[in-house]
Amino acid sequence: MTIYYSEDHEWLSVEGEIATLGITKHAADQLGEVVFIEQKEAGDEFAQGDEIGVIESVKAASEIYAPVDGEVVEVNEELADNPGALNESPEGDAWIYKIKLSDASQLDGLMDLAAYKDMIG
Amino acid sequence: MTDTPKRTPLYDLHVELGGKMVDFAGWEMPVQYPMGIMGEHKQCREKAALFDVSHMGQVILRGEDIGAKLEKLCPQVFSTLPEGKARYGFFTNAQGGIMDDLIVSNAGEYFFVVVNAALRHQDIPHMAAHLDGVEVTEIFDRALVAVQGPSAEDVVGRLCPAARDLKFMETMLGQIDGVDCRISRLGYTGEDGYEISIPEGEAIRISRLFLAHEDCEPAGLGARDSLRLEAGLCLYGNDIDNATSPIEASLLWAIQKRRREEGGFPGAERILKEIAEGAPRKLVGIKPEGRAPARQHVEIQSLDGETIGEITSGGFGPTVGAPVAMGYVASAHAAPGDKVNLIIRGKAQPAEIVALPFVAQNYKR
Repeated sequence: MTIYYSEDHEWLSVEGEIATLGITKHAADQLGEVVFIEQKEAGDEFAQGDEIGVIESVKAASEIYAPVDGEVVEVNEELADNPGALNESPEGDAWIYKIKLSDASQLDGLMDLAAYKDMIG
Repeated sequence: MTDTPKRTPLYDLHVELGGKMVDFAGWEMPVQYPMGIMGEHKQCREKAALFDVSHMGQVILRGEDIGAKLEKLCPQVFSTLPEGKARYGFFTNAQGGIMDDLIVSNAGEYFFVVVNAALRHQDIPHMAAHLDGVEVTEIFDRALVAVQGPSAEDVVGRLCPAARDLKFMETMLGQIDGVDCRISRLGYTGEDGYEISIPEGEAIRISRLFLAHEDCEPAGLGARDSLRLEAGLCLYGNDIDNATSPIEASLLWAIQKRRREEGGFPGAERILKEIAEGAPRKLVGIKPEGRAPARQHVEIQSLDGETIGEITSGGFGPTVGAPVAMGYVASAHAAPGDKVNLIIRGKAQPAEIVALPFVAQNYKR
């Protein structure tokens, strides 16, 4: 299992061709208290850079952009009822999707933890 | 407005308390503290919260017949405003739109006016140009602090017992730990509370005395916005502006009877016509049925897909526990209970027109 990070503050935990996707603690802290999440459905396909969801906090709406091409295979349905979990456990229980990667080579364009930490300073 | 945001006399206290500072109308203001917007909002509804509102313009008017002269700029009655009373009002323009909203207090020897931060540069010259023989002085050396919530009476009253006897929309001069302050029982949260004008050099010390009360915590602009939205109070620039008339904005309650009968204020032609015949659109409360907040500029459609208006303020209401919004809709669709659709990210989301406020106002009358 390898964890990658995107410039849009997502993490992607990859096992084989399946990856679990969520937002980083840093992103959750910046958003403030999350009150709503709009998610895609299992089976939806997307390309790198597509909007694949929206997170609304008490302050504002923020889009989630796909860090890679893929297909949603599982949606974390718990978040709809408890969006605040995104603040409590963004890098754990509050994952957003499990996705099937279309092109694993795109992972090379993402960051590892050290590079991500450098980016957020 | 300068490029570098200005700092209020409470700036150092905000930083010390962990305030997250943002640029708001040219001022460096705390949007929230470590407690968070949701917690600060509930703190104000349940106990008491302290807000720095020093970015607003504080103005003193001195001269003869100030109230009567203000009536030439505003559709309110100010000529008979008793000493010690405050009244909500607005400057109207010749087209019947709202130039700014304000609070006017009769302080006896002078009138005390508070205007929006972003519009002080418009309002002060406006008053200076039109209030003949009135000296218009902006106060730069006083902070303005709001203490709001059901415990506000105790937070302020234990330092200044006379403040307990004030009623909603009354104002007095009082001493707080030896400092002369103007204490007014009003606010922008829907809760009981005070706004207190404090000499700048004492503002942090006096604020700390309020915060020393176990029920009082600091709150930022984020909570101030969600509190006023639940209370159904208009935000200038969102819900009211130069193009919206007070009748459209459901502010008829703030135009006293004599002015409705006599007119004699800027834009009276339109405003009196709308009082008589109704306005083509109305500011209403809007309750989304789902969980998605509907924010400013979201389109409002009738159930058959016709565009009937736009959200002007919207977000999550922590006390309501669900999204809440205000917006303008065509008057035919403005009755409480009417169903509409909100177009959020391209999708129609069902919502209902509701009476404002979302949370009952809790003023000490």
